[in-house]
Amino acid sequence: MSRRVPLPVVLAVLGALLALAAGVSLAFGSAEQPSAEIILQIRLPRVLLGALVGAGLGTAGALLQALLQNPLADPFVLGISGGAALGGVAALGLGGALGAASLSVPLCAFLGALAATGLLYAIAGGSGRAPAHTLLLTGVIFNAFASSLIVFVTSAVDLSRVAGLFLWLIGSIRLVDSWMIGGVALLLATGLAVGLRDAYALNLLSQGDESASHLGVDVPRVRRRVLIATALVIGAAVAVSGLVGFVGLIVPHLVRLTVGPDHRTLVPASALLGASFVMLADTLARTLLAPNELPVGAFTSLIGGPLFLWLLRRELRGLLA
Amino acid sequence: MSAAPLEARGLSHRFGALQVLDRVDLALAPGRLLVVLGPNGAGKTTLLRVLSGVLASDAGSVSLRGAPLAGQSRRAIARALAVVPQELPVPFPFRVRELVAMGRAPWLGMLGHEGPDDRALVGAALDELGLAPFAERTYDTLSGGEKQRVLLARARAQAADLLLLDEPTAHMDLGHRVHTFEWLRAWLAQRGEARAALLVTHDLQLGARFADQVLLMDGGRVVAHGEPAEVLTRERVAEVYAVEADVSRDAHGRVVIVAERSRFEQRFGYSPGRDEPRS
Repeated sequence: MSRRVPLPVVLAVLGALLALAAGVSLAFGSAEQPSAEIILQIRLPRVLLGALVGAGLGTAGALLQALLQNPLADPFVLGISGGAALGGVAALGLGGALGAASLSVPLCAFLGALAATGLLYAIAGGSGRAPAHTLLLTGVIFNAFASSLIVFVTSAVDLSRVAGLFLWLIGSIRLVDSWMIGGVALLLATGLAVGLRDAYALNLLSQGDESASHLGVDVPRVRRRVLIATALVIGAAVAVSGLVGFVGLIVPHLVRLTVGPDHRTLVPASALLGASFVMLADTLARTLLAPNELPVGAFTSLIGGPLFLWLLRRELRGLLA
Repeated sequence: MSAAPLEARGLSHRFGALQVLDRVDLALAPGRLLVVLGPNGAGKTTLLRVLSGVLASDAGSVSLRGAPLAGQSRRAIARALAVVPQELPVPFPFRVRELVAMGRAPWLGMLGHEGPDDRALVGAALDELGLAPFAERTYDTLSGGEKQRVLLARARAQAADLLLLDEPTAHMDLGHRVHTFEWLRAWLAQRGEARAALLVTHDLQLGARFADQVLLMDGGRVVAHGEPAEVLTRERVAEVYAVEADVSRDAHGRVVIVAERSRFEQRFGYSPGRDEPRS
């Protein structure tokens, strides 16, 4: 087998792909001859937001898979996005009273993601590798629970919002003010920085807590730090896009297949590829049936669902073999 | 006299109602190999976990070159002591070279940048264990014995002077088992009194052949501790393993153990299946 592709090459290729995706996304839309105004004030924020959401979900997937020592982990499937959505909706519900929604929604989404992750850890047995089915079942149940609470909270506040809620639950990029974009970018950058800092420790941690300890990793500290970073990133992404599914699963898998599992490459590459992926998916979502818009989550789940089942089958076969 | 490389005093530990370690004392001697023997469930793996500091025992203490293990950072411990586990879960497609390179972790900066010296040490570790042909293969494509050699190479690359090995030859064929023991003896001899090793095994014959000292455990307790020929007597093998064995010495005074038959029926009430009477 050949040597692994070096990190600078990976980043250069994915950076170029991101630039290309951004160009394509800015060029296409419902207006055939878009003015500079449309491009700069309508398309650019949306393209930017899609990139941030994708980068966040791609990063979160890579971090979560290392923390749980399981390549099937995905923030959406495991209910962590659901927890974030619940937090976000709670903030929106109370938001009228509190005012600053651009701050409180991502913050509460972060807290919701953190709580969901905590619950996952508590049920899956503290730390280390839990069987895939335990994780998945916990995620499914928690998602159902969070969805019902979300519907409940929203209905209690304002029934007219139920249509918008549907879009949010299936995942769609909402246009938000530039403060919110800035806030999301900041949270994402923080989480990504932690992920890059601990990328090497995650390589060691992916073979179990004891093995990592034996190689000098302060396991509880790294776990805590990366877990909070993951929740931050998911909170930020969910606050502006709702439940965009499977990006955290698809993107790190593609990266691992092409450049290998080293988290020093995997984490930044998943951020870049995730950004391109959601950006392009959102462009498809808003142009395919223009002037009608589809939710971007419908696209990502269309690809992610079958992929997930295929991977699950492979994992279960591996267990039986 | 200077402190022992690794010393444990009064280690006791329970998992629920089960006493897995019961007042275990041991000390590694400089330059020597201590082989720990005992039946399944004797507490050998738990002992190793306590000695390496990943499990805090209910009672007792471990000291690393005279200093309490409990107060030291994982990184400081990892520079002094390497562990070869029974097996390693590798859920991602890491290659052999990458896994062995992780042995360098305690010596690297935060971001894990490997220098030319690190790469040279990894290459040497791969060569010593005969893994060069496997270096670019992923771990999941290896056989059980090959995987164990990867774990040995990783501990080698860690460049610690103390080695704790948990059944490192369990999945190996005879040739690789003997080679692993020879490799370990050579590793010990390279730095005179600076190194020491503890190895857990079920292989009485090879364990006795290569050990300086043997520690025999049963039910969490140390049953006997000393020279292989002193510890491994016919009576002790019968007592600890419930096996009738012919224990003798060869012309060089080395222990030869030939298992005759189990005494499970008398001891535990179950026995190998008998032929059904054929009509």
